[in-house]
Amino acid sequence: MAVNFLYPDYEVSRNDDRCIACRVCERQCANEVHEFLADTNKMVSDDAKCVNCHRCVALCPTRALKIVKNNNTYKENANWSAKTMNELYRQASSGGVLLSSMGNPENYPVYFDKILLNASQVTNPSIDPLREPMETRVFLGAKPQNIERDEAGRIVNNLPPHLTLSMPMMFSAMSYGSISYNAHESLARAAEELGILYNTGEGGLHEDFYCYGKNTIVQVASGRFGVHPDYLNSGAAIEIKIGQGAKPGIGGHLPGEKIVGDISRTRMIPEGSDAISPAPHHDIYSIEDLRQLVFSLKEATNYQKPIIVKIAAVHNVAAIASGIARSGADIIAIDGFRGGTGAAPTRIRDHVGVPIELALAGVDKRLRDEGIRDNVSIVAGGSIRSSADIVKAIALGADCVYIATAALIALGCHLCRSCHTGKCNWGIATQVPDLVKRLNPEIGYKRLVNLLTAWQHEIKEMIGGMGINSIESLKGNRLMLRGVGLSEKELEILGIKYAGE
Amino acid sequence: MRYVIIGNSAAGIGAVEGIRQVDNQVEVTVISSEPYHTYSRPAISYLLMGRTTEEKMKYRDDDFYDKMRCKILCGKTVTEVRPAAKQVVLDEGSVISYDKLLVATGSEPFVPSFDGLDMVSQKFTFMSLDDARKLGAALRKDKQVLIVGAGLIGLKCAEGILDKVRSVTVLDLAPRILSSILVEDGAQLVQCHLESKGIDFRLSTGVKYFDSNRAMLVNGEMVGFDLLVLATGVRPNTALLASIVDIDKGIVINKKSETSAKDIYAAGDCTQTLDISSGENRIMPLLPGAYMQGECAGVNMADGNMSFDKAIPMNAIGFFGKHIITAGNYSGEVYTENVKDRYKRLFYSDNKLNGYILIGNVEKAGIYTSLIRERTPLDSIDFSLICEKPGLMAFTKEERNQKLGSVSL
Amino acid sequence: MKRVYVNEKWCLGCHLCEYYCAFGESNKKDMARALKDIKINPKIWIEEKDGVSFAVSCRHCKEPLCVKSCITGALTIKDGVVTINKDKCISCYTCILICPYGAVSPSEDGAVQKCELCVKTTWGTPACVEGCPNGAIVFEERG
Repeated sequence: MAVNFLYPDYEVSRNDDRCIACRVCERQCANEVHEFLADTNKMVSDDAKCVNCHRCVALCPTRALKIVKNNNTYKENANWSAKTMNELYRQASSGGVLLSSMGNPENYPVYFDKILLNASQVTNPSIDPLREPMETRVFLGAKPQNIERDEAGRIVNNLPPHLTLSMPMMFSAMSYGSISYNAHESLARAAEELGILYNTGEGGLHEDFYCYGKNTIVQVASGRFGVHPDYLNSGAAIEIKIGQGAKPGIGGHLPGEKIVGDISRTRMIPEGSDAISPAPHHDIYSIEDLRQLVFSLKEATNYQKPIIVKIAAVHNVAAIASGIARSGADIIAIDGFRGGTGAAPTRIRDHVGVPIELALAGVDKRLRDEGIRDNVSIVAGGSIRSSADIVKAIALGADCVYIATAALIALGCHLCRSCHTGKCNWGIATQVPDLVKRLNPEIGYKRLVNLLTAWQHEIKEMIGGMGINSIESLKGNRLMLRGVGLSEKELEILGIKYAGE
Repeated sequence: MRYVIIGNSAAGIGAVEGIRQVDNQVEVTVISSEPYHTYSRPAISYLLMGRTTEEKMKYRDDDFYDKMRCKILCGKTVTEVRPAAKQVVLDEGSVISYDKLLVATGSEPFVPSFDGLDMVSQKFTFMSLDDARKLGAALRKDKQVLIVGAGLIGLKCAEGILDKVRSVTVLDLAPRILSSILVEDGAQLVQCHLESKGIDFRLSTGVKYFDSNRAMLVNGEMVGFDLLVLATGVRPNTALLASIVDIDKGIVINKKSETSAKDIYAAGDCTQTLDISSGENRIMPLLPGAYMQGECAGVNMADGNMSFDKAIPMNAIGFFGKHIITAGNYSGEVYTENVKDRYKRLFYSDNKLNGYILIGNVEKAGIYTSLIRERTPLDSIDFSLICEKPGLMAFTKEERNQKLGSVSL
Repeated sequence: MKRVYVNEKWCLGCHLCEYYCAFGESNKKDMARALKDIKINPKIWIEEKDGVSFAVSCRHCKEPLCVKSCITGALTIKDGVVTINKDKCISCYTCILICPYGAVSPSEDGAVQKCELCVKTTWGTPACVEGCPNGAIVFEERG
């Protein structure tokens, strides 16, 4: 129907003077945008199919391709944007819920970008990380309340189980199913080499990856897919997933067509059946219920492993975190509203939750006020984009951050936000064998190692400049932060002063 | 220690290189009856055609003998081998002693006794550089050439001289050209191609007698000519070792190139070799085999250990841009493909490829050759795929990984 | 010695190796200028069928049958690289007859062609390796 015609958002621009018709674009586009016309010896493209993933642009050996924003315009309207209108046309045609992938793209304030870092001048010396030791190691888990001594006066090790990380970063949960085997392998190998952890997500753990156990967080989510005693014991920590920043309050849905082969076996559900994670855990309706699950998991793993409880940042996140800190959990992971996803209803993703910066500051303050901050470590996630974001998050009270979208970008993701189609041209968010093989973990893991190593260097530079030589000394150190362009209320919640103060 | 090599062509050169793979010290002497640096015998037709020069057709670089630290005696012919004394005698009377001897004397043209042949003044054979020089000097635009023998030598000669003479007629007793390497329809195809370039054929008929510059044929026809080229076949030069070693069709050697006499080796066209595609002992006057046999002899002479046991008949030949590659023997079931510019016959039985003929498109023919040489069981590969298209895809994944992911021999 | 090795597990069948090979041989600075409107005849090529693909080029065998079989001495081993002297080659195709990988192919210049690991180009390392986007073709030392 004519009314359903939506002009493509992007168009493929091909420089015919440079195109040698090698057809790599055609062979590499799972969306079948490009086509070779033998009669004219020319390539043509169908813009309507293009998701703007840049696979063709990156592989074109003569740099003949670029993707440009289409300038087809509706009559301008500050209220009814073209995007809003197009979504409306789509829904009027389909009657369905709009689906989206990756994090919230809307124009909400990014508080990290309104916070500036301090540096030493004259009155206290800055530290040069190339010349002096610098500690980026962090330890996650509950801290003992007091020092215990035995009869002979020696200190008793009363440290609850904890995680040791070489740097304050971990790869956050992405399930095998939502991302590919090769993406998982890349993350696992990178975590091992870096001395950090990655997270299975709720899809279970492929048998090939048990060997990375000491660098693995195994997740238990509302669908309990792939959960069994070996699984729980295989990782270094267990994460109970209550919520996810991209879709707080709702569950997940991996369609049956993706539940094939290894994925079905790993998730322990029949091939072809939809993997539906319920919105809540049906056995958790209170902090007391959560405590039961926390201790069930501790019991199952002989009290050897720290338990993480992951929640989405929502309105009363501080109160919820206070409850979790009293539930026996060792670590709280908070996922801000910009956190990524393989698929979420657009309205949920774009309109539910709160920014991680505010949630993190609020939680940290609440736990400190209640004297229970040492009960738990805090992991902040939900669009950590750079080492500067990490430094700011730690100064706002985090022990460590979760990164995922940045890791995927390192692996080749170009944020086309089409994960839900399952045809990821970069071999990340797909299970199509021909596409999966495009991500060679040998290359992928090195890129992840490169990225995080670079960030570690940058973190050392930044905190060294502040005169700080360990992450522990930065944690919650809000004096190192100043706000710009923020209201009194925002500064109050963040617990920081205005720049110039 | 002194090793003596009689022969300066592929087998002899192979032996020099074989010896030097193992032993850098031992004295090596090469004796050649031809007064030339080693050259590529099959290149002589290209020389006449102008596609190569005497300089470019040198089989090895000018400094070859120096680099290999080997003594070369050119233009000297060995007239006698004395196995008891371990000596060879040269035509000028000198005697050279050896500890180990390689006979790589090659083959020579075989010319049947035609009546009146001695009355033909301008007659040539086509095996050596001297032959090519003599023939080349006689070529003129007004000459008519008769070539007796439509085999590899005769036809390469025809191709080489066609542009330089008035006409070329090729004669053969067999009903088809290249009868040793082609079957009927393939021969027909190539014959048409050659005829389209201007070569005339008289097949299924022989020469009854020559009458100065005319040949009277068995079929009653008379063919006039100015130049006569006799390409009726070759036979191994075995005379030197007669009554010294076992000789059958050629000098008998084992897979280490050893003859029946101690410390005497033989290699190349003068020997007979086991054709593993047919299981028969044959004379296979082919350059690649000669080199490999010579190399094998050299390594074993120098107390190394090498076997050459993968000999099969094989030929790569082309005329005026049309290429023909054949190998093995033509028994068993036949896979046939006959489309434009792609003539293909594969012969197989008992789960093995026996032989093949490709005319026109010869790309990747070596993959078929390897199936014959390695006696690859056809049920271990995708035979229907490889019939259609020679490629590594037809092998198992493990085999491919081995071939493409490891160092090959 | 470093050789080109292929791992079909990571081959995407994108054929970029073929184009980089042709580009490398062209000795031009810009691929668009080198290969525009040209039908390439590369020395490495992709075999593909049913989702399986891999690149094939000269293996630079330690005991190369092509070198032993070459009737004019045009094929030699130079520092481990099986090299063709195009001046001496008369295109008899004996190498094509004997190479078990099908790695020697005809060319338009009157001689056969084969991969020479880019030793005659300005690339330094083989162009196909540089151009492979997925590490399916590597240039390294193996036993």
